[in-house]
Amino acid sequence: MNDSQREIVIQPTRGLRFLDWRELVAYRDLLRLLVWRDFVARYKQTVLGPLWYIFQPILTTVIFTVVFSQVAELPTDGLPPTLFYLCGLLAWNYFAQTFQSTSSTLAANAGLFGKVYFPRLIVPLAGLVSNVISFFIQLIAFLVILVVYRVSHPGTTVGPRWEAIVLLPLVLVQLAAFSLGVGLWLAALTAKFRDFTVLAGFLIQLWLYVTPVILPLAKVPPQWHIYVALNPVTMPVECCRRLLLGTGWINQPLLVVSLGATVLALVTGILVFQRVERTFVDVI
Amino acid sequence: MSRPIIEVRGLSKRYRLGAIGATSLREEFARWRDRLRGVNHADKQDFWALRDVSFDVLPGEVVGVVGRNGAGKSTLLKILSRITEPTSGTARLRGRVASLLEVGTGFHPELTGRENVFLNGAILGMTQAEVRRKFDEIVAFAEIDQFIDTPVKRYSSGMYVRLAFAVAAHLEPEVLIVDEVLAVGDVEFQQKCLGKMQSVASHEGRTVLFVSHNLGAVHTLCSRGIFLKKGACVTLGPVDQVLEAYLRDGHDPQAAAVFSPTEPALRINRVNCRLEQGRPQLEVDLTLRSAAARRLALEFLLLTASGQPVGLAAAGTYHPQECVDIVAGDQDSTWSVDLDRLANGSYQLVVQLVDPMVQVVARHEVPQLIEVCRAPLGDRKRALELSWHAGALELTCRRR
Repeated sequence: MNDSQREIVIQPTRGLRFLDWRELVAYRDLLRLLVWRDFVARYKQTVLGPLWYIFQPILTTVIFTVVFSQVAELPTDGLPPTLFYLCGLLAWNYFAQTFQSTSSTLAANAGLFGKVYFPRLIVPLAGLVSNVISFFIQLIAFLVILVVYRVSHPGTTVGPRWEAIVLLPLVLVQLAAFSLGVGLWLAALTAKFRDFTVLAGFLIQLWLYVTPVILPLAKVPPQWHIYVALNPVTMPVECCRRLLLGTGWINQPLLVVSLGATVLALVTGILVFQRVERTFVDVI
Repeated sequence: MSRPIIEVRGLSKRYRLGAIGATSLREEFARWRDRLRGVNHADKQDFWALRDVSFDVLPGEVVGVVGRNGAGKSTLLKILSRITEPTSGTARLRGRVASLLEVGTGFHPELTGRENVFLNGAILGMTQAEVRRKFDEIVAFAEIDQFIDTPVKRYSSGMYVRLAFAVAAHLEPEVLIVDEVLAVGDVEFQQKCLGKMQSVASHEGRTVLFVSHNLGAVHTLCSRGIFLKKGACVTLGPVDQVLEAYLRDGHDPQAAAVFSPTEPALRINRVNCRLEQGRPQLEVDLTLRSAAARRLALEFLLLTASGQPVGLAAAGTYHPQECVDIVAGDQDSTWSVDLDRLANGSYQLVVQLVDPMVQVVARHEVPQLIEVCRAPLGDRKRALELSWHAGALELTCRRR
């Protein structure tokens, strides 16, 4: 057996440590089971079960349509408001859910982490993957609504582009990387300072308003674009709209800024998380 | 194979007392500011949970770790299980390690027994193929076949614990690290767990590091022991020696000599176990002191090294007329206790003054263990040994 030859050396780690790929691969079964547990356990003893994945964005869309489109009369890029909001929420929800599940990793699993060793990163990764499942369920719901719209409005130009098949997964990867990075930062900080638990919930509420989910980016005055683009969630949301509805506003320099911020957040997030993870059971 | 499977060198772990528990940002900021000003208040708050601990464990050995609460046992296991890092020193583990610091870690109440077996197995480091292979064995060991598809939140606590232990018991690591998990379940199940641990160690040749307050279990399972005191390794060696050191450590011979001014008290001056015509006799010299004349029973309790009571010799407990007349002042006396049929081995002696069936007036645990070593009775070929785990008294039977 290969395992027998392996020697585990336990000693204080000096400096920063990046990923141990081999170990993550060795625990892939655990990753799969945690994803499956999230999926199964969340809706046990509920009547609607996985339908909740679809109801949540649809109800939000209805509220947004009434409040922002009908009452406040905010523009929606010339799109039907339902499709506009639903599409924005598709990307936004993925970000928000992954951010939240990642940032609560250490605090929520303190009991488990204090009793058994496995690579801690497996838990946020499992959250990330199970949110991909909910993303695809919501995407299917969105596509069904889109088809209904196109059938009832013959001759409309609103519709997905073919590139979406290739590019949409890439957008999702960027969102995943960014939400993981930011979430790991928050997780590391909440392990030490509980102040950040409060901040995490609050942050995500405010973040929605600086992301073009309710308003199209095209409506933002051009001199502010650079600030909006510094928010790395902006471009993925706009890309989603461009790919699925054909109207998003994409600007290459802004895309580069967004990708750069994503890489930075992911790398530093992993480093900080790995640093805290080593001794966090002593502090929690 | 003589290369140690666990090699621990100078392992230390420091906790900052101020930093245990969550600190707020403000406290952290104050600490940081103090450091900038050169005010150093961290040092006196340091607490060494483990200090310079070194030992080796050879493959196939079962090592028991004993020590009082706070001696560093759990910290040691946490470091060896890679849950937290040491402050200095190294530990090398050669082979696959599984640690069992708690039974049922990661069980999800909403999932069924079957689902939890797979989840828990993965958390403990088993692959799915392994769990699938052992699934029937696990369910049979836990004795819950008919409830395997019921969510575990509907399990009784006994069923829950049985299932959880069953999963853990079927891990196949080269090194198994176990903490106090036997303190769960009913007596029958505890026996089963002990049996399983024993077979893991002896038949399958696995290495086990076992922490427990149940000295009986340590004595039964382990061949070697480690006695930790205040984070340092005090004794390391054969389990009997380590248990004796541990038991002796708790008793301060000086403290026993302090007489209370009001209540009668006793002091043990000398204890000796010797053979008289082949029969072991315990001789105890003691001093009784009392402020006033009293009539009390004097009791000699024998316990095994793991604390199981074996027998009671008494003057006054069985019949009030035999009670000892205690006069005011000091009074020396010598007593002897017959240990005829007792198994060979080490025992603990407790001497107490008792107001029969009312209260214990004075109690004294004799620090050193008593060694009983006698020849076979009559024409028998063997004498009972405590190490057989067959009992402490040699009985007789005959055909009628």
